[in-house]
Amino acid sequence: MADSATAPATGIVSRAPVAEATGISKRYGATVALRDARISIAEGESHALVGRNGAGKSTLVSILTGLQQPDTGTLRFSGEPAPAFGDIDAWRSRVACVYQRSTIIGDLTVAENLFLNRQSDAALRPIRWKDLRGRAEQLLGEYGVDVDPTVRARHLTVEQRQFVEIARALSFGARFIVLDEPTAKLDARGIDRLFDKLRDLQRQGVAFLFISHHLQEVYDLCTTVTVYRDAAHIRTAAVAGLGKHELVEAMTGESATTTGADEARTPSPAGAKVLLAVDRLTLTGTCRDLSLSVRTGEVVGLAGATASGNVQVGEAVAGLHRAEGGSISVDGRTVRTGSVPASLTAGVGLVPEDRHVQGLVHDRSVAENATLTVTDQLGPFGTVLPARTRTFAQRMIRDLDIKTPGAGTAVSALSGGNQQKVVVARALATDPHVLVAIRPTNGVDVKSKEFLLARIRGVADTGKAALIVSDELDDLRACDRVVVMFHGRVVAEFDRGWKDEQMVAAMEGVAGTPAAAETEEHGR
Amino acid sequence: MSATTDVTDPAASVGQTTAKGTRRGLDLGRFRELSLVPAILVLGLIGFIVSPAFLTSDNLIGVAQQSTELSLLVLATALILIVGRMDLSLESTIGVAPVIAVWLVLPTSGGRFNGLGLLPQWTAIPLCLLVGVAIGALNGFLILKLRLNGFIVTLGGLTMLRGLQVALSEGQSIVDLPPSFTYLGKASWLGVPAAIWICAVLFAAGGCALAWLRHGRALYAIGGNAEAARTAGIRVDRIVWVVLIIGSLLAAFAGILYSGHYGSISATQGSGWIFQVFAATVIGGVSLNGGKGSVFGALTGVLTLQLVVNVMTLAGVPPLWNQFLNGAIIIVALIISRFASGEKQE
Repeated sequence: MADSATAPATGIVSRAPVAEATGISKRYGATVALRDARISIAEGESHALVGRNGAGKSTLVSILTGLQQPDTGTLRFSGEPAPAFGDIDAWRSRVACVYQRSTIIGDLTVAENLFLNRQSDAALRPIRWKDLRGRAEQLLGEYGVDVDPTVRARHLTVEQRQFVEIARALSFGARFIVLDEPTAKLDARGIDRLFDKLRDLQRQGVAFLFISHHLQEVYDLCTTVTVYRDAAHIRTAAVAGLGKHELVEAMTGESATTTGADEARTPSPAGAKVLLAVDRLTLTGTCRDLSLSVRTGEVVGLAGATASGNVQVGEAVAGLHRAEGGSISVDGRTVRTGSVPASLTAGVGLVPEDRHVQGLVHDRSVAENATLTVTDQLGPFGTVLPARTRTFAQRMIRDLDIKTPGAGTAVSALSGGNQQKVVVARALATDPHVLVAIRPTNGVDVKSKEFLLARIRGVADTGKAALIVSDELDDLRACDRVVVMFHGRVVAEFDRGWKDEQMVAAMEGVAGTPAAAETEEHGR
Repeated sequence: MSATTDVTDPAASVGQTTAKGTRRGLDLGRFRELSLVPAILVLGLIGFIVSPAFLTSDNLIGVAQQSTELSLLVLATALILIVGRMDLSLESTIGVAPVIAVWLVLPTSGGRFNGLGLLPQWTAIPLCLLVGVAIGALNGFLILKLRLNGFIVTLGGLTMLRGLQVALSEGQSIVDLPPSFTYLGKASWLGVPAAIWICAVLFAAGGCALAWLRHGRALYAIGGNAEAARTAGIRVDRIVWVVLIIGSLLAAFAGILYSGHYGSISATQGSGWIFQVFAATVIGGVSLNGGKGSVFGALTGVLTLQLVVNVMTLAGVPPLWNQFLNGAIIIVALIISRFASGEKQE
């Protein structure tokens, strides 16, 4: 059955779309995840699917890949009806998928991950490990992935892992691949390499469904875009003929406010008090003699690619790393490094990099999560009074416009953007002098992104200061000043009005750095 | 907060791992299961110094024979832990399965313990194994179909099955067993007890299945990341169910060997073993979180524990100290395997 159906997919005669879904509806209990939704992806097309959190994108992905059954609607691959539900092999020969969550198993080798559940031809035939390595090498070579198949997968970088997943997904013979937020965890350089690879594959006739929160990526990579909102299909259009504003409007259902209003701001006076001073900071293995200062009323960006050390500097300010040398002072007083309580007392608030790992206790309520840093203020003698917690949380929910059924709802039930707001609420709960926000808009939708950046700006406006650690151009654009790090050193500093190319070039270490750094990079 | 700092490590070491990724380096993780081998050698040396009786074949065969029943439970637990589950009821299965089998076949009158006499006596062994399968299947049903918490379900099973054994056997040891039932525990093949041969074969079979069979590898995939295993087309529930059944089957089989070895089914057979079984499995390098470890490692775990007991007996340590030392050894062995393998144990 699998053979007869895959044949037309690669044939020349077939002009039917590689994947076509019509009238798809899906409910989970009372929630409607998809309402009469449709999408159609032509052969060799790069198709983007955008929408705010909760628009139904993830549900569509699990229906397209055969993990969920739609309540109504039909699904066709290259004109053929979809395989029976549960026939995983048949599904995978039609559609490949790189899921948002990694499906690589860290304790197994790359080779075994690539051929998981098909290490040998038959269940009772012993696995020939040497042969398996050979096949893995061949497969990785075919897709130009430079990874040693004998390495355990947990030693891979995020980027390498992603390439391994793509290679595995395509190895089943599908000519259509779904990429669910593949760039969320990659740095700018990694994203470039991923896109190069995807364009390569596209030239070989592979079609994509690309899901991303970064509209710029959609413009960079895709030819067609489909917009979902509130569980329904809104529009499908050619990317070239669609302005950014129009796209955001389709996603949000209202005309977007331009961020241009910010840019009229006057930069804070040079004479303002220095709130955060990092002096000749040296962190083992990440940075050396790094100095940085943030004044009252200022939002400063600390830019850099993944290995640049900018995240570590931000975390060091929040007390997560002990400094080997140098000092960090907040409001004139030196803070002991490597101690989170010391940093909290000094008035540093942290929005950590990964909200799932460092930010939230998923099964606990919004209220508990938002007040985690201020439990000492919620009752006398170390008690935490539920009433005070609730009141405090209510204020945070209003303040940050967190969309939640109530303060008692578990955070895991919220959408990504609202979860991130809870993390920000927690950081703001202590009323910090300096807010350190690491990739604060990671994986949140356009609307929440604008809101969060405005809120961070609000912190600075009340006479405090904020440090945004990010490699995201949208985040950096919200800053008064951007300091760029490359390999543990400051390589550039920009005031407002920089151009995207300048910033990216600086983060990549191309501008104003010795040639040595460049060759080192290529040596990888 | 320690979790927070740990998380930053991968980011910090990104640069190094990219360089390492392309080099074919020595993967120390592969030798994790061997980490107790030096400890066993040291124990052997100590035993040799302590008593000349240690390095005699009688003594070593005795140690091995005493390890057989425990090691079958360890094999079962290793498989179940690797697939990411737990089964505490194994220690009761080892007692209740033989009792039910014997109860069904023994004549209704004449002996000290009267059964139902429903089936011919030769069916005792198949019946016992069948009871094991049934217990495993029931555990699987409760855990996988009704989605109950596996730890508590099997904890309940532990108590319930022990109670069933006490009720059926009226709290007494059953001594008049069918000869077919005691054969395997008593027989010697080529001068070595049959139980040791059988154990060796079962461990080898288990080790090979985990190393070279697709379904064996699926255990690691499921224990490592069940969702990823599911997307790779592995029938997660079915395999976990089969593993639970195999586990109980092994426990029932251990019951046969144990009963044969001592010539009776003791009312407390297996009682309290599960702690030792878990300790042996974990110091042998199997992770309680699933997805890590090997059958061979688990075997070294049992041997370590048994050798320590033997060496202490030979050294004339008063038996009243045994319990204290047993616990202390488990902790010391954990520390050794932690540093020998260089990996944190959650």
